[in-house]
Amino acid sequence: MPIQHAETIIDNLNGSRPATVHVANLHFRYPDGTLALNGVSLQVAHGEKVALVGPNGAGKSTLMLHLNGLLQGEGNVEVGGLSLTKEHLPLIRGKVGMVFQNPDDQLFSPTVFDDVAFGPLHMGLPEEEVRKRVQNALAHVGMSDAASRLSHHLSIGQKKRVAIATVLSMDAEILALDEPSAGLDPRARRSLIGLLRELPLTMLVSTHDMMMVRELFARTIVMDGGRVVADGDTATILADQALLEAHGLELMV
Amino acid sequence: MSTGSTFDRYQHGDSAIHRLDPRVKVVITLLFIVSNVILPDGAWPAFAAAWGVLILASALARLAPAFLLRRSFLALPFALAAVTVLFTQPGQPLWSLRLPGSTLAISDAGLVRFASILARSWLSVQMAILLTATTQFPDLMHALRHLRVPGVIVAIIGFMYRYLFVLADEAGRLLRARAARSAGTARGSGGGRLVWRARVAGAMVGQLFVRSFERSERVYNAMVARGYRGHLLTMSPHVITQRDRLALALALIVLAFIQVAGHSL
Repeated sequence: MPIQHAETIIDNLNGSRPATVHVANLHFRYPDGTLALNGVSLQVAHGEKVALVGPNGAGKSTLMLHLNGLLQGEGNVEVGGLSLTKEHLPLIRGKVGMVFQNPDDQLFSPTVFDDVAFGPLHMGLPEEEVRKRVQNALAHVGMSDAASRLSHHLSIGQKKRVAIATVLSMDAEILALDEPSAGLDPRARRSLIGLLRELPLTMLVSTHDMMMVRELFARTIVMDGGRVVADGDTATILADQALLEAHGLELMV
Repeated sequence: MSTGSTFDRYQHGDSAIHRLDPRVKVVITLLFIVSNVILPDGAWPAFAAAWGVLILASALARLAPAFLLRRSFLALPFALAAVTVLFTQPGQPLWSLRLPGSTLAISDAGLVRFASILARSWLSVQMAILLTATTQFPDLMHALRHLRVPGVIVAIIGFMYRYLFVLADEAGRLLRARAARSAGTARGSGGGRLVWRARVAGAMVGQLFVRSFERSERVYNAMVARGYRGHLLTMSPHVITQRDRLALALALIVLAFIQVAGHSL
């Protein structure tokens, strides 16, 4: 049973919904001394799709790695009402589906089936259930007939889809995607945007693709220098030329 | 861009051999190799019979007749390591070479032993080629895993297979980047001097290592993010059928015959 904390109930633009991701005053320093996160606080409500933008080195990826405990900084991270502690890690890793930028890092098994089955198998599910979940996940991303294919024979667009399936099969509630549209040709990018729009999940998507942000996300968070510098309605943020320029972002019209 | 076919030994097909359970194929291959190893020297009819089995199996797998033969030459140089037995076996000298201080003589027994070693390794290599040509690599790994080969070893082979392609692509990109900057001038040839080339090649190997090392960290992260806690789990997509049992029994009988023939002659 998820525990409902009073402070996770927040008001946002869409009315009052419980926050499923709750980050408060998070600091993180890499072993080489770089301060990557310098007091990040943000909340994402259930079902919300949020874009995370900012220049390279702003701390976007570092923040994402905190969401399922791959990195642990100082501060408070709660996911689905669970605070990020050692006991909760397996549960939280099941809730947050991390999709890394490079699908060759995400798809480490020889076949597509093995990769999509990896998560559910390691959650300890019985084989029948695993098979069912793999089928469903692949159907969701439109790659049903690729189950027995070898990952290295797929195109980049197909690899991205399979990478998303690898976390859908875990029944993740929250998708954390790192630059999903990077390196895709226009058609693959278009179909990925369609896929993201249709998936009924909470999403936090780090990206440089401002056109995709405008098209897909109602809310945008701007990060720079390890801090959240703006957080709000996408249309408002994208209209703020001064803000975009100050943080190295541009929107071509 | 993709270097897929460079390493893939698998020949797509849908023959009786292709459809056999990979575990059965691995076991038969191992038995075949062991059988070759324990045949006595000079058991030519038995070696010929083993070759006959191979030819039959490759025909059943609908491989081109010369396929196994062509690929097997690749492994032959390794058999040359046994060349010393030519000179060290006691027996009737067939040919001798006088060197200052000593004589090198090829004996008849040495020749028989050398030819037998050649036959054993050549037959075994062909069988292994047949196995990899008719079994998809992931199936091969499942077979090993479910034949109780330690999980870590299978996992290492699996990662090696998966990232060989990624690495080869990366190496290809580095080579291209070097080629693109190895311009020639009107006076000299392009490509630079040998020492320079060697230094660039060395740096590239280092680059590849660093990149792979960093990648390994990201891959590990991706595994942990999906619940990896130190034990790799896989599912066996295969079920042993009556046909598989029959094939295994048949292989055992044939190998037993070969052994009897080899030892009684």
